[in-house]
Amino acid sequence: MSSPRQRPLLLFTSAVVLTLLAGIAQLSPRASARGQTSAGNNEKSLLAFRAVASVLTSPRCLNCHTSSDGPLQGDDNHPHAMNVKRGVDGKGSPSLHCFACHQAENGKTLHSPPGAADWQLPPQKTPMAWKGLSMGELCRTLKDPAKNGNRSLPDLIPHMDTSLVRWAWNPGPGRTTPPLSRDEFVSRLKEWIETGAACPE
Amino acid sequence: MVRILTEKKFCAVLGVIRVATIRLIVNNKPGELNVDPAMPLLWALREQLGLTGTKFGCGMALCGACTVHVDGNAVRSCVTPVGAVAGKRITTIEGLSTDRSHPVQQAWLQVQVPQCGYCQPGQMMSAAALLAVNANPSDSDIDDAMAGNLCRCGTYARIRKAIHVAAELARSAK
Repeated sequence: MSSPRQRPLLLFTSAVVLTLLAGIAQLSPRASARGQTSAGNNEKSLLAFRAVASVLTSPRCLNCHTSSDGPLQGDDNHPHAMNVKRGVDGKGSPSLHCFACHQAENGKTLHSPPGAADWQLPPQKTPMAWKGLSMGELCRTLKDPAKNGNRSLPDLIPHMDTSLVRWAWNPGPGRTTPPLSRDEFVSRLKEWIETGAACPE
Repeated sequence: MVRILTEKKFCAVLGVIRVATIRLIVNNKPGELNVDPAMPLLWALREQLGLTGTKFGCGMALCGACTVHVDGNAVRSCVTPVGAVAGKRITTIEGLSTDRSHPVQQAWLQVQVPQCGYCQPGQMMSAAALLAVNANPSDSDIDDAMAGNLCRCGTYARIRKAIHVAAELARSAK
């Protein structure tokens, strides 16, 4: 039992705890992923997604996030020279694996192979193909674990920290970088998730 | 103002070449090389070890003439830093067999594949890597696996035939 002197302190503590819980629930990616978002957040979320999509549809991302049976090259997304194939695991075909040419670092000279650790395409089973999708389709693909490599929305954030994704901002000589800086991209991705991960129609 | 330079920048400023001891197992023989870890594996093989069967073609992983095996996988030695393969097993054309007994070598002789011959060590190493994981490759499997090995003489039809022959020789030897 609390004494009359302790009651205001107890009420205050309860109010603080409830406020914190409400805040956590609002910011929780799980809650956001379930679509618990206000109208204001929806607009904010769509804007954030458009920024995220501008990176995802840049050639550095699209050239491997393709539905074709092999990677693409260049800013015009042309098929990779030498008829390079995706392979079942996304690491190329026997005797022509990605790592046969792509090292852990970029080649120093123009047109030499770019490189990063674990260079590969998404595997055949989940190609995570974005090329040719509308904004809405891209958004829904990104959110669908069956199409995004079995990732929850929060799982998308550590993926952006892999050496292969980081490479997009350090692509070696002669290659363009995505339209946003990496920090801005990650910040907009988090914002999209925290505001309900809304998708355009 | 004191500036802290990384080893790499320091070396670049002074024009110093870094040297490290790299342990390799080349054609089943363990050994050490004291070289710049950034040196292409191709130079290490040709210049340091005298294994000149592996050829320099383009220097940019575009032609496949420099193909060797690293832990059984075909890689382009012209763009592979020797430091990146430390401790690994390297096989060159000289190590495929010492007596021409490898099915790929026998098939290449039987079909008389080479014309000028320059690209053939790389072709054979890619073919051997393919057959190691696919004992009965289709034409399509061969095309997919060999597309990175260029031949200016145009021996592709004979290469494809020889890979089928090598597959048959390997199967009949079992």
